Amino acid sequence: MSAVRCVDLCKTYRQGDQDIKALDHVSIDIAKGQFVCLSAPSGGGKTTLLNAIGGLDIPDSGEVYIAGERIDNLNKGELADIRLKQIGFVFQAYNLIPVLSARENVEFVMQVQGVPSAERIKKSTAILKEVGLEGLEDRRPAEMSGGQQQRVAVARAVASRPALVLADEPTANLDSKTADELMALFTELNEHHNTTFVIATHDQRVMTYAGRLIRMLDGRIVDDINQRAA
Amino acid sequence: MRLFGVLFRLAWRNLWRNHRRTIIMLGAIGVGVWAMIFMTALTRGMVDQMIIDSIAVLPGHVQMHHPDFPDDPSVSNRMLISEADLKKKFDGAGFKAWAGRVRVPAVISSERESRGVTLLGVDPDAERGISFFNYDEVDGRFLVDASDQGIVIGRRLAETLETGIGKRVVLMSQDPDNEIADRGFRVIGLYSANTKAVEEAYAFVGKATVQKMLHIGDTTTEVVFLSDDYRNVEATFQAVMSATDESVSVRRWYEIDTYLGTMLGVMDGFVLIWIVVIFLALSFGLVNTLVMAVFERVREIGLMLALGMKPGSILGQIIIESMLLLTLGLAAGNFLAWATIVPLQDGIDISVVADGLEMWGVSSMLYPKLYASDMFLATGVVLLLGFLASLSPAWRASRYVPVEAITKV
Repeated sequence: MSAVRCVDLCKTYRQGDQDIKALDHVSIDIAKGQFVCLSAPSGGGKTTLLNAIGGLDIPDSGEVYIAGERIDNLNKGELADIRLKQIGFVFQAYNLIPVLSARENVEFVMQVQGVPSAERIKKSTAILKEVGLEGLEDRRPAEMSGGQQQRVAVARAVASRPALVLADEPTANLDSKTADELMALFTELNEHHNTTFVIATHDQRVMTYAGRLIRMLDGRIVDDINQRAA
Repeated sequence: MRLFGVLFRLAWRNLWRNHRRTIIMLGAIGVGVWAMIFMTALTRGMVDQMIIDSIAVLPGHVQMHHPDFPDDPSVSNRMLISEADLKKKFDGAGFKAWAGRVRVPAVISSERESRGVTLLGVDPDAERGISFFNYDEVDGRFLVDASDQGIVIGRRLAETLETGIGKRVVLMSQDPDNEIADRGFRVIGLYSANTKAVEEAYAFVGKATVQKMLHIGDTTTEVVFLSDDYRNVEATFQAVMSATDESVSVRRWYEIDTYLGTMLGVMDGFVLIWIVVIFLALSFGLVNTLVMAVFERVREIGLMLALGMKPGSILGQIIIESMLLLTLGLAAGNFLAWATIVPLQDGIDISVVADGLEMWGVSSMLYPKLYASDMFLATGVVLLLGFLASLSPAWRASRYVPVEAITKV
């Protein structure tokens, strides 16, 4: 069963007097455990596709399946449930809740899921150690660097062991060294936990980490490369 | 319920994120709640005093008459129950106090003036604890017993009649046969009351002396009963009812003085309106604070929605934040009210406006009354209306589209 399947997705935005086709009959199939990069220039449709996969945006037409379940026809509450239980998110910026500490941010999703306190503490401690933030558990986002904040966001995204992690330009605000460390972390988590990663980026270095590279242009998939085979 | 912990934590921390704004809002709520309770205490005190004074000026809490007496308060409509029978019925029946009286209209004349008064034949021992008298403040002396031959009148009436202690006056009324019954009395005391109107209205004479003057044996025209609290006279009323039959009419104080009874009901309504009006003023600040708090956190709320928090939880978080703000403000306001009212409970002298207040039957000392029920009412109304006021910003926050909110600049 596919981790993600999109069938003939279309999405059009209106900008002024113009209709912009953000997704133009896009179909993809991503197997469980794949590490996929969506690459496109700005406005190419990668974020729109990522949002459609994550149930954050509803396509005008087409179908989206997560772990075999169709999600494009669900209501807000049901979509929230899918995101909560099956998907981990890492956004480009403003990833963390400012009034919560690193540990509380990591535990946030698990707490909403209803995971018992002891289990949350155990998991958050382990994942913060894994992302190299041991000792910084009680710091608030404002007391951490951009790289550390992104690590907390990654820790939160994977702490509850979602089947799928969606990351939108996760390295955009990071220096190259921190970006490399973050991608290494993604790779390690992908291999270690067999988590499916779909990363939207236009950073060439990020693409080299991906097993599969999907290039988009003007809302259409123009290239789909299995980099491991290559 | 599992979510309450995280929602509470978020709400609490967000509350103190902009601590200056929160403290200003808490101050506004605290002062508003204080104003609600303080003004209510002053008004309650004024109305309570008015009612207590009025009840003390003879009605008592429950009264018993001949059924026709309320419409025609003459000696013909006296109760044909002997003193011994009254004692048998009511002594030891658990009343706080009770007293039988002869109460009839009369004319009092000095050598210079005449006035219509209400003649009260009383037993001074039984009256203690029921009537408004401060026996120590009577100029001269009060009646010694029911057979006392003197008369006690108000200071104002004495001025009107141009009489005084030691002088003689004549009382004239009708006996049961509609014959004139009159008698001369020596003024033995002048009483003071909270209002001049009362000082002009009543003349006190020994009960047995009046009974003899009116030729009515040992019968009385009214029996008065006192309970512990004027707000709760039902037990006393029922006890009197069960001890009597249809030959008498038993009424509660608010049935005797409907103006006072209505005043009490109006007061309860006024308190509620006052609390709501103050809250409406406060609600602008509250809603503004919540709207600003939500507006500042659009991306954060979008993030929480994106991570899988349901719109209902966002709604709950904003409402919890509002309730926390109100609860803290209420605690401050209630404490402030308690701290300012308790020291004033010995009375506030408002004699500077006493003449204006007298027409309402209000005395020149105001005793603020802090009732727990008023504090609960203010707290309940503020929490309920605060909840309603916070629904709008909370609803807006819960309706954010995550993908739009998270990218909001």
